[in-house]
Amino acid sequence: MPGLDDLYREVILDHYRSPRNQGELETPPAVRTEGFNPLCGDEVIVFIDVDDNNVITDIAIGGQGCSISQASASMMSAAIKGTSMGEARQFISAFKGLMSIHEGELGGDGSEAEMGIDADVADAGDIRLGDLEALKGVVKFPVRIKCATLSWNTLAQALDEAAGDA
Amino acid sequence: MSIPADIKRDFPVLQQQVHDKPLIYLDSGNTSQKPQAVIDAMNEYYETTNANVHRGSYDLAVRATEALEGARAKVARFINAPATNEVVFTKNATEAFNLLARSWGAANLGPGDTVVISEMEHHANIVPWHMLSAEKGFELRWIPVTPDGHLDLRDLDTLLDGAKLVSVTAMSNVLGTLNDIPRLAEAAHGAGALLAVDGSQYVPHVPTDVQAMGADFLIFTGHKMLGPMGIGVLWARAELLEAMPPFLGGGEMILNVTKEGFTTTEIPWKFEAGTPMVAEAVGLGAAIDYLDNLGMDNVRAHEIELTEYALRTLNERYGDKIVIHGPQVAAERGGVLSFVYGEPDMRVHPHDIAQVLDQAGVCVRAGHHCAKPLLQTMNVPATSRASVYVYNDESDIDALAEALEASSDIFAF
Repeated sequence: MPGLDDLYREVILDHYRSPRNQGELETPPAVRTEGFNPLCGDEVIVFIDVDDNNVITDIAIGGQGCSISQASASMMSAAIKGTSMGEARQFISAFKGLMSIHEGELGGDGSEAEMGIDADVADAGDIRLGDLEALKGVVKFPVRIKCATLSWNTLAQALDEAAGDA
Repeated sequence: MSIPADIKRDFPVLQQQVHDKPLIYLDSGNTSQKPQAVIDAMNEYYETTNANVHRGSYDLAVRATEALEGARAKVARFINAPATNEVVFTKNATEAFNLLARSWGAANLGPGDTVVISEMEHHANIVPWHMLSAEKGFELRWIPVTPDGHLDLRDLDTLLDGAKLVSVTAMSNVLGTLNDIPRLAEAAHGAGALLAVDGSQYVPHVPTDVQAMGADFLIFTGHKMLGPMGIGVLWARAELLEAMPPFLGGGEMILNVTKEGFTTTEIPWKFEAGTPMVAEAVGLGAAIDYLDNLGMDNVRAHEIELTEYALRTLNERYGDKIVIHGPQVAAERGGVLSFVYGEPDMRVHPHDIAQVLDQAGVCVRAGHHCAKPLLQTMNVPATSRASVYVYNDESDIDALAEALEASSDIFAF
């Protein structure tokens, strides 16, 4: 049975207590998008600055939420700052793959279909999630998956808007 | 007489363990658990009585119809309705509010008209008015909530000026606040408006008399009062129901149908299109029998005692580490305790509290409780909410208090 230690890993609590890249960026030039979790009222605001080479030169995170949503947003900001928009999309795919893997203990043949990994993830290449791997315990607490993915969905919207503006 | 000490035995769900701990159910404001008597009544209906109602001429169908209408009579008696045909069965309280808006509202509201609701309403008593207002162009006004969690009635006369309907909750599902419905009824009627009351949190917990309330409409739901999910109630005075157009169209609600049109049958069936939820009505009837047997005065007395104990226990143990919203006097409120917890400068998020409590077997709700405008007024994004009912006792409050400590351990800075 999953315990709270699986969910509240030390690195997650560290990001929750000391969130990285918290704040706002001036819009424009920054793109600003908002995400809501209607279940619990959590809110994440993502600001990104994208330069002419499609590099995310800066990111800021606003809003409020539980430890999982805030830690996930903080780790996400650290991971994608300085990457290209394409790499950021690969991070999103890789992270969503991490969140859609059903409990490993369930058995089965371990195929991608069995593990519930969607096709995008296979394209995520050599993306290394690093600290973000600490969030994989969330999968054992299915109601919290939406907390963990909120900021990533909001980032995806921001990337779409930034691409639309380009 | 009071609530029996061994009442938990009547509730099969409460006999289990989760995470190797006894289940402590403190989410009855969300939905209540069901006594064996309700489960048995519904099973017995399907085993002995099931047939479609109001159309079969055979004995079985007659008995099924009697089961449905017998449940309606119990509901009418439970709320002291003047007549049984004033009780309309719906899917839930939300559907009842949509019926009120789509039927009475669509027929009576237009540009220049006003509906008055309050900041402490559940989304079920907000969104149907937003939806209808967008079509009909009437104004929606809000009775404010004071910082201590009461309706702010100082400017009531101004708010009610020109209003056609006042629609407010009798008990807040977030703050627990009991509102002064007779006073609101007098004010609404004085202004020429009707009064609709959301009794979803009130009817399960407090002896209810629609005539003493002075309400024109009362809405509540079966699943919060020991009954099954899938049945709610709209009560309205007969002359209002008579004048209202039908809500959903189809079988059961018609007198005659031709290629040119239709005529509606009499109330309450005019508002009950299609095959109704007979087993659920039977279950609600059995829940009412169970509550009557306990005595609603005892139910309310038990709730006041337990709420007082919870306020005292949590405040004494945690001091400024806990803020319990709403009135601080148990007699002014229901057993719905919304709180924030943690160090004053860094509260633990309600979603994290609910997660930690779950590991201790304690079930509470975290979030906005379908009352986002109220939480905006309170300036909190979310709360944790523990809510009690007849089967809870002091040991459940003790378990909650103990389990909260663990969230400090995890989230301490």
